[in-house]
Amino acid sequence: MAQDLLAPPAASERTDSTAPIRRVGRVTPYLFLIPYFLLFATFVLAPAVYGLWVSLHDWDYLLPGKPFVGLDNYQALFDSSSAVFEEFWQSMQATGIFTVASVPLLVTIPLALALMLNRAFPGRTFFRAVYFAPYVLGVAVIGVLWRFLLDPNLGAVNALLGAVGLPDASPWTTGLPWAWISLVAVTVWWTIGFNAVIYLAGLQDIPRELYEAARIDGGGKWAEFRHVTLPGLRPVLTFIVINTVLASSNMFGQALLITQGAPGNETRTAIMYIAQKGLREYNMGTAAAMSYLLTLALLLVSVITFRLLRDRDAS
Amino acid sequence: MDNHLSRRNLLTLGLGAGSAALLAACGDSGPSDKVTGAGQNAGPAAASYSGPNVTLAFWNGFTGGDGPFMKKLVDQFNSEHPNIKVTMNVYQWADYYQKVPAAVATGNGPDLGIMHVDHVATNAARGVILPLADLAKTLDLTEDDFSPPVWNAGVYRDTRYAIPLDVHPLGLFYNKTVLEKAGLDPAKPPATADEYMSALDTLKGKGVQGHWATPFPFTGQMQFTTLLWQNGGKLFDDQGTAPLFAEQQGVQALTWLTDLVKNGYSPKNVAQDADVVALRNGKNAFNWNGIWTINTLREDKALQWGVAPLPQVGSQKAAWAGSHQFVQFKQKAQDDNKLTAGKVFINWISQHSIEWAKAGQVPARKDIRDSAEFTALTEQAAIGTQIDYLQFLPATPGIADAMATVDTAVNEAILLRKEPGKALSDAAAKASQILEGNRKKYGA
Repeated sequence: MAQDLLAPPAASERTDSTAPIRRVGRVTPYLFLIPYFLLFATFVLAPAVYGLWVSLHDWDYLLPGKPFVGLDNYQALFDSSSAVFEEFWQSMQATGIFTVASVPLLVTIPLALALMLNRAFPGRTFFRAVYFAPYVLGVAVIGVLWRFLLDPNLGAVNALLGAVGLPDASPWTTGLPWAWISLVAVTVWWTIGFNAVIYLAGLQDIPRELYEAARIDGGGKWAEFRHVTLPGLRPVLTFIVINTVLASSNMFGQALLITQGAPGNETRTAIMYIAQKGLREYNMGTAAAMSYLLTLALLLVSVITFRLLRDRDAS
Repeated sequence: MDNHLSRRNLLTLGLGAGSAALLAACGDSGPSDKVTGAGQNAGPAAASYSGPNVTLAFWNGFTGGDGPFMKKLVDQFNSEHPNIKVTMNVYQWADYYQKVPAAVATGNGPDLGIMHVDHVATNAARGVILPLADLAKTLDLTEDDFSPPVWNAGVYRDTRYAIPLDVHPLGLFYNKTVLEKAGLDPAKPPATADEYMSALDTLKGKGVQGHWATPFPFTGQMQFTTLLWQNGGKLFDDQGTAPLFAEQQGVQALTWLTDLVKNGYSPKNVAQDADVVALRNGKNAFNWNGIWTINTLREDKALQWGVAPLPQVGSQKAAWAGSHQFVQFKQKAQDDNKLTAGKVFINWISQHSIEWAKAGQVPARKDIRDSAEFTALTEQAAIGTQIDYLQFLPATPGIADAMATVDTAVNEAILLRKEPGKALSDAAAKASQILEGNRKKYGA
């Protein structure tokens, strides 16, 4: 039947009207969308709506009673006397600190790296692989590895620092701000390759003629970068910034494995706290409400980022 | 207390999640078609199974060196019981405690499992596990067959939900070479507060920080809990309705630990597991760690080490311990054959738990603990002597949630970020809110 719909109209019909073609044209894109939409609806949309429903209840999926509590779960997050208020906002703050500290580095360092790796030099492929390599490791691997290396008393990092006469007793995993420095540095080391590869692809899409034109106009290296490379990378940059913000806000494994949220609960991120409330303490209603607040915050940040980068494009 | 968050679990959390999902998919291997002589297995009638062939799914979290020992026991059980086939699935404990309730809720739960004692009440209240009182009655098991604290730990609201398999207490592990170098007698580990402090003093004089105070639950919180009990304090009241850990006994206990850091007996900023690593490297002399450490240290052929009961620092003897307990899970449709067969299995493993002791545990059964075979396991037996003064959390649903606040307090105090008293009272305020929320949720 689909074949009939898609078949070219018979010669006689061609002159009458284009209506059947238009109708077909209207349906076709939706046909293409169906497979994706089914997946999206099953695994994203339905759980999201269900989560909203859960967040309005005192919800433990095994208890017979799941009393409806209206907006109580949300209200508790804004009530400074509630059991979750302080810890939730502390975890949101931890997420914020990590995002603000890591995103600029994860946006700029890979860009510089990509610019270097885009030039022709012997061993270029090797270096591209070297920088990308950590990214293929799972978070469990890098977590264990770095917890071992960063151990304040027994780790290789402090031992090396001591060997060259630098302070060798920094609490890399147990004190502030060292714990944040460790988490950001490990994350940069781990994911630098991913953003660099995307930048590289973007760089290779910029037409060479533009650079030639810039050179003819007498532009220097800096002018080339500002007026050719950056504008050429803008869509890539937008993607990378938003993607990195979201990835950093979802940081979970590194803190869980390297610092375990210590000292106190200072490095316990929002996702860690949500997982604890929902999956370990079975307070799914509260956890769902927290997730929605986090989602809202991320949505807001994404929209602002998107607008900032797009507006500059328009001007 | 928070056994499901052990370090091993944390390390492999990411890996575990994926494989657990896979394993869950093949968790139910269906009934066996093989027909063999049913009703021929020997043993007391009350404890035997003579029905048609059944297959039992047995889930647990024995991912470490203990896994193979349990597997061996299961294999032996299968070969001795032709009409019962037990299949064992192993998950990371952290995954296990999330996965099992979900599986039970959807009707795909296993038949049998193991639970840490502090999870029994929560899962009983949530209807995940079934009462086992009849099993205890049939087999004529009483508290005399175990030890009162261990036996009573499996009871929630006057109903028994769990049969103890083992206990795993803390013990005092020590590096003999380090002690010898400092001029201390490696054959006579300290047993009192004075002996312990004088040993630490001697070690300090030789430039060794002898007790690495760890700020993490493994085993910092366990050490704090031990000291609290030794001082005659309690974590919670008996009903599990109010935190008591911030009382004077608790402050005293945590102060003792933080003073080790302040007075230079312990380094600052000890990271997770650095205490036991330092013991193996000869940088640390004493480590209060769990009995599971035996097998870890044994791998180290060059290491000269020993283990003894914890020193008595407070006014009475006490030691933190966990306990693995057998449970049966609720099924969508009750199958009496499976339930009976499951009970036969629990009983059999319990009777054969000397094999389990070799995995580095103290069997819960008294007759096995008293046997010559167990006494021959020097290390396990040394830690096992603490059995009568072990303590557990009150059997209150969700009590582990409140323990998370103690973890934080211990962390903040040992990292010298908060005075012990302040850290504990902050934690107690949060803990009472959590306990109140749990009362509302699970019913008072």
